[in-house]
Amino acid sequence: MMGWRNRHGDDRRPQARGTGPLRDPSGLPEPGRLSPLDVIQLATLGIRSRRLRAALSTLGVAIGMATLVLVVAIPRSSDAALLARLSALGSNLLEAEAQPQNGLAVSFPSDAAAMAARIAPVTAAAELGNTRVVVRRSRLVAPATTVGLDVLASSTDLLHVVSGSMATGQFLSPATERFPVAVLGHQAAASLGIDRPATVDKPERVLIGSRWFTVIGIAAPMPVTSDLDWAVLVGWNAARVDLGFNGRATVAYVRADPGELGPVSAVLGPTLYPPAPGLVNVTQPSDALAAQRASQATSSGLLIGLAAVSLLVGGIGIANTMFVAVSERKQEIGLRRALGATRRQIRLQFLGEAITLSALGGLAGTTIGALAATGYALWEGWPPTVPAAVIGTGVLGATVVGALAGLQPATRAARLPLERSRRALTAQAACFCSCPCASSHVALTSWGVR
Amino acid sequence: MTAAPPAAIGGMTPISEDNPPAVELRDVTKAYPGPVVALDQVSLQVRRGQAVAVVGASGSGKSTLLNLMGTLDAPTTGEVLIDGHRTEHLADRQLAGLRSHYLGFVFQHFHLSDRLTALDNVASGLLYCGVARRQRRALALAALDMVGIGRRAGNLPYQLSGGERQRVAIARAVVHRPLLLLADEPTGALDSATGRAVLDLLLELHRIGTTLVVITHDPNIAARLPARVQVADGHIRRVEGLWP
Repeated sequence: MMGWRNRHGDDRRPQARGTGPLRDPSGLPEPGRLSPLDVIQLATLGIRSRRLRAALSTLGVAIGMATLVLVVAIPRSSDAALLARLSALGSNLLEAEAQPQNGLAVSFPSDAAAMAARIAPVTAAAELGNTRVVVRRSRLVAPATTVGLDVLASSTDLLHVVSGSMATGQFLSPATERFPVAVLGHQAAASLGIDRPATVDKPERVLIGSRWFTVIGIAAPMPVTSDLDWAVLVGWNAARVDLGFNGRATVAYVRADPGELGPVSAVLGPTLYPPAPGLVNVTQPSDALAAQRASQATSSGLLIGLAAVSLLVGGIGIANTMFVAVSERKQEIGLRRALGATRRQIRLQFLGEAITLSALGGLAGTTIGALAATGYALWEGWPPTVPAAVIGTGVLGATVVGALAGLQPATRAARLPLERSRRALTAQAACFCSCPCASSHVALTSWGVR
Repeated sequence: MTAAPPAAIGGMTPISEDNPPAVELRDVTKAYPGPVVALDQVSLQVRRGQAVAVVGASGSGKSTLLNLMGTLDAPTTGEVLIDGHRTEHLADRQLAGLRSHYLGFVFQHFHLSDRLTALDNVASGLLYCGVARRQRRALALAALDMVGIGRRAGNLPYQLSGGERQRVAIARAVVHRPLLLLADEPTGALDSATGRAVLDLLLELHRIGTTLVVITHDPNIAARLPARVQVADGHIRRVEGLWP
């Protein structure tokens, strides 16, 4: 061993202990803070390096988010279409129907519609009376054979009150209501095999009771008052004269001020049938459609649950990717630690990467979901509705999923013992390069000697 | 290049035997489970402005010595002082601050990021020093100029030769003007001609005042440095040219 020559000229090795002045630990330099831009750049570095893997790992979140947007947006579009239809038909329609008592039919007194129209918030009223007569296609059909069609005496303003329309022909009018003419509901016409009203060439008729009635029109489908689709409507006076109808209504339809539907419902029974108001069943036909919406909402709740499960699976995929990334990038972690990164900064880098992955998946899924929902709505003829809150919540949700998925891998990266990451730095297979290297010239211009 | 360097801790120091120690090991032992004693009661100090080769065969403990000097490993017993600061009780945050400001590392396999240009790779050496983003790039360009490959600043690592990549790694290690530059087999992955050029560069950096510790198994490389420490079986067997 070669002798040690210290400043005093002897060959003893210096006493190590105490040879250097001790410094105050509080004078140690602080590690630098990363700017938000630095964090973003670090978070995207791993993603840019492994693009295919990043794309595949975001797929789960993207599918989950696209499903979420679809199951929220499509029912919203459907609802919007339904609401548009309801508002066109009017949701302020009330139906009052007399209930049978002890098996006997109950009917309103004469002028029931006129009485209902006198209730202040009621804007229009129409009435129907069940003639209890059978309708047949010809005399060859046995009189007792019914096909589930009611023959109803109708006031002439019924179509206006229920916001119905004619598919073809015309409705009963003051001029025709005393003649033996009939208007068929949409389904009634189909049941009787009649697709157009009588013409000179082809006089379409139906046998009601024992009297032929000429078909003068077929009504369009009435979604709110669908009972009328199965009815054969005849004039009030014609029913009295030709069918022995007693002239007393069994059903009344009223339009009322939308804000007063409750009070009107309450007084409709006593008004129409004072002897036993409880026998009058008052309903709002649009409630049936509202119930249909409610059942759709239940099913979309299930679908949202499925989307949440998909999102969870996506989050697990990201967590898995991040665990693999931490294992693969021990060298990078070791290098960064050697460059002076704190554990917190390493954790921030990997957490940022997980959040970025998930947020990108969320953004892609939301975009795909919104486009698909819009396309489907347009195809169905619904107004496209993609609530902004869903998009915002979606991206935010994906970010939260990313944060949860990345927390454990990022913590593992930060806690990676320095010794292990340092070993990774020295264990890499050599990259041999035989290129001649440039000169070792050192430019000293800006590097003053201290 | 006119950009101001960061508030450097050490870096370019006049060469003088009276300089304070940049790094000091006091009775340091490092044992691994097994038990394997990689270093046994080693004491050593390297003063500012010195250049030392730590030479030894594979498994002699020379890499452990470098890792302890770089605070990448903690000693089992004994003390490691960097610029007079005892390191054994420092928190992770303090050690990170010490590494980011006081130390520079050069590894055998360069460890450059494939997705970053040479300039950005060098600038990453300042990422954890608290240097502003724009200043980082200016200083990185100055460092690349200094190691002689300023013209390749915009190239990605795969577009560079092995020697150029190691120069980029050296520029990254000295861009913040560290107190101590630790090089672990810096020519190990290079052919002999390129290795010589890289060593010339390190010696040039030493000539202008950089404190340098080079780990090598190659006696020829060690012979080119002014001081040598020979390590074998976890002990310092021979010290040559080191200032007391």
